[in-house]
Amino acid sequence: MTPPIRPWRSLDSGQLLLICMAGLVTVAGVAHTAAAGLLDPPIAVGFGALIATGELARLTMPGNREVAPIGTAAALGYTLLLDMGGRQVEHPALQVVAVLAVGMLAGALPHLAVGRPPRLDAMARRLLTGALLAFAFRPLAGPLFDLTMGPSMTWSPALGVMAAMIVLALLTDIVVAAMLRADQVRAALAVAIHDELRMAAPLSAAVAASGMLLALAAHSMDMAALLVFAAPLLVTQVAFRKYAGIRATYLQTVRALSRVTEVGGYVEPGHSRRVSVLAVAVGRELGMAESELLELEYAALMHDIGQLSLSDPIPGGATVLTDRDQARRIAELGAEVIRQTGVLGTVAEVVRRQCEPCADSPPMASRIIKAANDYDDLVGGSTDRDRAGAALERLRLGVTVEYDPEVVEAMSHLVDRLAPLNRL
Amino acid sequence: MRGLPWFAKVYLVAVIGVAFGLFGHSALVGGRFDRLEWPTLLVLALLFLVCESVPTLLNVKQAAISVSFSAALAAVVLVGPEGAALVGMTAVFSVRPGLPLTKRLFNGAQFAICGYAAGWTFELLGGRPGVPDVDRFDELILPFAGAAGVYVPLNFALIAVMLSLAGQVDRVPVRGVAQLLVSYLGYATFGLLIAGLWATVQSISAVLVLLPLFVARWGFGQYLAQQRSYDATIAALCQAVETKDYYTRGHCTRVSLASTMIAEEIGMGSERTRAIRYAGMLHDVGKLGVPTKVLQKDGPLTEEEYAAIQLHPMRGLEIVRGIDFLDEAFAGIMHHHEKHDGTGYPMGLAAEEIPEFARIIAVADAFDSITSDRSYRGARPVPVAIDQLRKGAGTQFDPEMVTAFIKAVERAGWEAPGKVPAPPSGEAEPIVKDHDDPTMPIQVVSER
Repeated sequence: MTPPIRPWRSLDSGQLLLICMAGLVTVAGVAHTAAAGLLDPPIAVGFGALIATGELARLTMPGNREVAPIGTAAALGYTLLLDMGGRQVEHPALQVVAVLAVGMLAGALPHLAVGRPPRLDAMARRLLTGALLAFAFRPLAGPLFDLTMGPSMTWSPALGVMAAMIVLALLTDIVVAAMLRADQVRAALAVAIHDELRMAAPLSAAVAASGMLLALAAHSMDMAALLVFAAPLLVTQVAFRKYAGIRATYLQTVRALSRVTEVGGYVEPGHSRRVSVLAVAVGRELGMAESELLELEYAALMHDIGQLSLSDPIPGGATVLTDRDQARRIAELGAEVIRQTGVLGTVAEVVRRQCEPCADSPPMASRIIKAANDYDDLVGGSTDRDRAGAALERLRLGVTVEYDPEVVEAMSHLVDRLAPLNRL
Repeated sequence: MRGLPWFAKVYLVAVIGVAFGLFGHSALVGGRFDRLEWPTLLVLALLFLVCESVPTLLNVKQAAISVSFSAALAAVVLVGPEGAALVGMTAVFSVRPGLPLTKRLFNGAQFAICGYAAGWTFELLGGRPGVPDVDRFDELILPFAGAAGVYVPLNFALIAVMLSLAGQVDRVPVRGVAQLLVSYLGYATFGLLIAGLWATVQSISAVLVLLPLFVARWGFGQYLAQQRSYDATIAALCQAVETKDYYTRGHCTRVSLASTMIAEEIGMGSERTRAIRYAGMLHDVGKLGVPTKVLQKDGPLTEEEYAAIQLHPMRGLEIVRGIDFLDEAFAGIMHHHEKHDGTGYPMGLAAEEIPEFARIIAVADAFDSITSDRSYRGARPVPVAIDQLRKGAGTQFDPEMVTAFIKAVERAGWEAPGKVPAPPSGEAEPIVKDHDDPTMPIQVVSER
């Protein structure tokens, strides 16, 4: 059903730039390390192995975001390492990059072997964030070590510098991720940064703490630190994997069950899915945040669920052509079904008010669904441009009374671009 | 404390008494309290209290695991047995509204006893309480492992005895206990980390260790909330599918429950049990594809009409196929109308050929149909339905599943749906066909 993933062709310019930069840094790192020789090979191998393990255990967070918390924490630890059991380590930033790149590639290989191609842009971003931190921190490692060993024996400056630099590096990472995402799905940058921040903050905090912990633990526990430090992060990883799993299942289930109306013959095949795709695109164009978009998608998928209470389908299922009272009753019934869940209160409200005219100022999501639904009733699965143009023309006639002008405006921008999606 | 059996009260008083006895001994003999590192102790106690106040709820129902273990075990290393006991005693003040004083006292006392025991083990194995030297970390590992090995099982035993005396546990789930012990030992590792890092960065080590754990707790909380929300949503959507048929409302939820009972009875793993819970819920979503007219028709059906009914498992599969994790449940949904003797639909599979999920759902499905009201007959009582299942074992149903279900119903009982009032007159013609009902098989006339 889903088209095969083509990692190269789906990349846009921003992603390509990022991957090229990562490639260049990798080449520089590996070349330098090969020429100058590997400092402290056992330490490099130990951290490399940990990075590879982390890459192997990567997970996909909601919104198709690939993360590798353990690998990232190990990379942070290797970057921030001042000493190993009291003996100073002096690996340069380029060696950090080399270890990071080799470890990540090694961890990605098993995934590749079972036919899961790596998300190159996500890997490149992880590598560049690590490299950035390494170039900023490694030159300071020597002086900071002297402070911890000197007469004062204080770790406070080292801790402060580590914390500040990690925060900066992670913030950069988030901004880059947001820029890529904004480019990819055509969201506003400010909204994308906000979304990325909300999604990444908890896991980033855990990763940052673990990375620092690793660097500090190596001071008192030697290489044993590599084994025990991962424990707290492992618990975190398990929790987030479960969370990501249920989020994905939730969306899949609502998408799947939204099709019962089609199987029952209440609506045209593919109607709910097309309406939801169009509605989410319009919502994004209008600058809705990711959590709102999720609610919008749920509401759009289930907007016709009220028809299940009718004993016989409306012929053709076209709610745009039926009389207003009946449409309103179907919306009420659908909202009632969704309210039964006890958790999707907002979604139920959006569904309930989906056919109100603009004068009653229904929520934005309801207005979007109304327009998307009516558009799809007129156009259906067809990709004919004339038909799409005619349908838009008809929506424009209803602007300010029936439809929100902003929504119709956004939709006419989108329809050309979304044409291939209509075949879903 | 009211409502507890007298021996539970005796146990409670004994545990609290022992704890206070130990404290008294420490205070009077040798003045061991004087040598304590009070600042360190205070920080650890605060940490313990914070952790104890936000218990991490994991999958096991009765036991709230909390990260406080890590703090208590770090205290064993850093401030010795008395310190660890004092840290444990602060559980009395944990911020958990509604926790009665006796429970608080018991908690504090048992943590104190565990602290003492672990501390003595630590010293016995050659550990010297105090902030460990940076370069002598290796010497710490064995005594610490010993201390954790005493602390965790002792804590567990003290609580388990209390729960069983109070009659709050009838069956201790073995798998749950194993899981619990493993996570306890995991938390013990964090205690070692805190203690090992204390010399370098003092209390900041605790922050660094516990931050990922609190994030994990938050993550688990989010996961549980999503899971609950998911269950509610799937149930609501399945019920929406049923609204069309007045008499079968609630059918999916009950089939889901009965299927889960069978799965648990035959010892299915928790992941598969979870899958069958959803499979039972979703088994009839394809029914909407059957035209209402067919279900409302009085008298025998034509072959064509019957074929429409037979198609519904495939329709159901078509709908749920996009849900990845169901996987094995797909087969259960598709084949839930196969019969043991091979006369079922859609593929006419027999006996072992029928997927296990489908054999389970078939029994649950028929049972709920018999014990529910239908427009053409009233609900049959549970014993009658069980007789029907027995009669069908070996022909319609898998005998193993029938036996398992009967056992489960005898133990846990079955709450049949209440009397369904006659539908309001405004409703359309009643549905007179129930494809699930083995007492009243659908009659088909050949057109030739």
